[in-house]
Amino acid sequence: MAHGPATGLSRWLFTTNHKDIGTLYLWFSFAMFMLGGVFALVVRAELFEPGLQIVDPEFFNQMTTMHGLIMVFGAVMPAFVGLANWMVPMMIGAPDMALPRMNNWSFWILPFAFAMLVSTLFMEGGGPNFGWTFYAPLSTTYAPPSVTFFIFAIHIMGASSIMGAINIIATILNMRAPGMTLMKMPLFVWTWLITAYLLIAVMPVLAGVVTMMLMDIHFGTSFFDAAGGGDPVLFQHIFWFFGHPEVYIMILPAFGIVSAIIPTFARKPLFGYASMVYATASIAFLSFIVWAHHMFTVGMPLAGELFFMYATMLIAVPTGVKVFNWVTTMFKGAMTFETPMLFSIAFVILFTIGGFSGLMLAIAPADFQYHDTYFVVAHFHYVLVPGAIFSITAAVYYWLPKWCGNMYNETMGKTHFWMAFVGLNLTFFPMHFVGLAGMPRRIPDYALQFADFNMIASCGAFLFGAAQVMFLFNVIATIRGGKKATAEVWENPEGLEWTVASPAPYHTFSVPPTVK
Amino acid sequence: MLKEAKRLSALLLGPAVLISMSGQSLAEEVERWGVNMTQGVTPMSRDIYDLHMLIFWICVVIGVLVFGVMFYSMIVHRKSRGAIPANFHESTKLEILWTAVPFVILMAMAWPATTTLIDIYDTDEAEVDILVTGYQWKWKYEYVNQEVSFFSNLSTPKEQIYNQAPKGVNYLLEVDEPVVIPVKKKVRFLITANDVIHAWWVPDLAVKKDAIPGYVNETWAYVEEPGTYRGQCAELCGKDHAFMPIVVEALPEEEYQQWLAGKREEAAILRELTNQTFSFDELYARGEDVHNRVCAACHQVNGEGVPPTFPAIAGSAIATGAMNDHLSIIIDGSATNPAMRAFGDELSEVDIAAVVTYQRNAFNNNMGDSVQPIDILKYKQGQ
Repeated sequence: MAHGPATGLSRWLFTTNHKDIGTLYLWFSFAMFMLGGVFALVVRAELFEPGLQIVDPEFFNQMTTMHGLIMVFGAVMPAFVGLANWMVPMMIGAPDMALPRMNNWSFWILPFAFAMLVSTLFMEGGGPNFGWTFYAPLSTTYAPPSVTFFIFAIHIMGASSIMGAINIIATILNMRAPGMTLMKMPLFVWTWLITAYLLIAVMPVLAGVVTMMLMDIHFGTSFFDAAGGGDPVLFQHIFWFFGHPEVYIMILPAFGIVSAIIPTFARKPLFGYASMVYATASIAFLSFIVWAHHMFTVGMPLAGELFFMYATMLIAVPTGVKVFNWVTTMFKGAMTFETPMLFSIAFVILFTIGGFSGLMLAIAPADFQYHDTYFVVAHFHYVLVPGAIFSITAAVYYWLPKWCGNMYNETMGKTHFWMAFVGLNLTFFPMHFVGLAGMPRRIPDYALQFADFNMIASCGAFLFGAAQVMFLFNVIATIRGGKKATAEVWENPEGLEWTVASPAPYHTFSVPPTVK
Repeated sequence: MLKEAKRLSALLLGPAVLISMSGQSLAEEVERWGVNMTQGVTPMSRDIYDLHMLIFWICVVIGVLVFGVMFYSMIVHRKSRGAIPANFHESTKLEILWTAVPFVILMAMAWPATTTLIDIYDTDEAEVDILVTGYQWKWKYEYVNQEVSFFSNLSTPKEQIYNQAPKGVNYLLEVDEPVVIPVKKKVRFLITANDVIHAWWVPDLAVKKDAIPGYVNETWAYVEEPGTYRGQCAELCGKDHAFMPIVVEALPEEEYQQWLAGKREEAAILRELTNQTFSFDELYARGEDVHNRVCAACHQVNGEGVPPTFPAIAGSAIATGAMNDHLSIIIDGSATNPAMRAFGDELSEVDIAAVVTYQRNAFNNNMGDSVQPIDILKYKQGQ
């Protein structure tokens, strides 16, 4: 008798199945994406015109902070873990994740962490209002009382991430099908393996820094309080030692996704597979020695500035290799432009633009003018929205037929793409201009010369938001019905996941396949 | 097909027209829209601008090449045009080439960046020293060894911010007292903060430095032309982060000296006032002014505050209790709430006397008492 899923709510509560847990992660992440998006729209609505109209500055700061925290920890990271849960076992020919019960646990603590984080908005004194980077002493001595809940929520999210990372490493290293050598693994598996190591390396650092905050707030220590002999700059060093690898945690799996999609729709093997693996590893290594480029204005000694400037510029080399490889994969292919391909091509173009502004920001003297302006906001949204969000969206369209057995509506998919693409560029491109012209970030109100571009950006943001509602609609419609997908789904795609039926059976590869 | 070709040519012609415009008018257009970094008014700011433009154009060239190949492939190598996919997927030569070439380009960028940075870090031999201290949410300027010091507050009226009055030209970029510097002198800014981290940024001077409690950072500017240069706090510092601008006024040396002398005289007059006796109405009127300028950011103009961080003054135990408790919290700050810092050094005796008198009688507190500047002085000396 086939061993199928349990019925009702207990299927989801007690499941140890990698596909079920992947689904839970993905839906949770989408819910957080919408919530974080609503917070962003509050910010953009207030910034539509100069003057204070909709929210007061206190609440505005809570919105920018919560938007950042929810998007980073609630939307992007769980989405990639969800994709890893679904795809990694199927890609390496494993029956499930190596540690299925821990897998259940690492998901189910997340809703509690975020419920606690969001509940701070309703507490006396409001929620976190110190930016997602929560620099001390604004986040310690001067923080609202709810900061303690924020710290505890971060601890839980960190625990979840560490457990997820351990699980992924254990799965990839131990459960590959016979013949699936490391250098035969799909790039998505490779990038996730490296990402998982980054997570294990830096999540404890984040836990450490919030614990030091907790000590400062409640137990009379002075880690970050100058008046007690502590050091506010120490906070930034520790935070960014976590924070810079963290931004690569949000982009490396995206590289893997795009490296799967572009060859499929170019009908040509990925160019430079080995160099892609080495480039990913180099980027991961460099991510540990560039953290202080976020701190060029704190007054580091000249030697420190120079070191972090040179190290940061070096990142352009492996990143460039990746872009060149993708472009060469497309070159002399036979391309079609289904929705996943559109999102992937947009990824390459827009992520490269974000890379260019990143290179500009790496130049320390110029950074004195860019730092903490909208130019930075433009930069990291150009790497994160097309980088993380577009790649996740591409992955959903690419693998959704495999997950649920139905083809999505291509017209709606393409409409979603064009709305999101136009919305994104309308929102974030003008931010380069206002940033260069002198608009600081994280302000609820601004001088009159920034008015035109801010209005354009706000319109773009609402268009982008509307596009995501259409995405939700398309996904639900696909799950409920639609044209049946074949096992291969696309034309000759590469990978073990396409050798099983669509929808993928509840248990796959109970007998390991042989990889030649 | 013809229609599409026409549309395409129109789109392509757009930028061509822009490029064919004379350099002058293009620059004007860029200026009008505010799309680029300012060249600023110091040799340093121009170096940084040149560096910025150099990197920008390098990125543009790389972008055109990479995207060019991409779009060529997308147009020519598509299945609908009958393209047959090639099967090549490796080339060590290419990989080495596109690792080495970017590396060389980066070295070319690093060179001017390094020399500029070394210049910026040379803070020696300044002719004027100004200590800049960030407060929530204002700046304090102290002219080292000149006995001149003052606070600089946002001067944009609340009515403009809340859209009850038309916004002025320098909306949110205007202050009650600008920091004045001489032109053609190396002015060194020593930057620190009193509470949380702020950042002192004036784009025209290409100066941005974090103001950090417990640290004194150094930076400098050499302004060539007299003028007014505006900037803002660049590091999130709480609720009114957007409302603590910076205005630098650069004056010729002679006028700068006159201004310094004027400031010293003002201080002498203020010291004189401490010994005078004021009527209740004088204190109340001055106190309202002080309250709205200094206290209202947190406690609000109506004294209702934003509890719990910023408690109400209206009906509060302190404002309707013993006079000494009221003086203590203003002069020494709160022992329990760091948001209420000590104002004893920031406000003059006259201003403290006035604001205490105002707060004890406004907002329906109606205590009926008042206090004189000389009492404040005695309180401070008695500590």
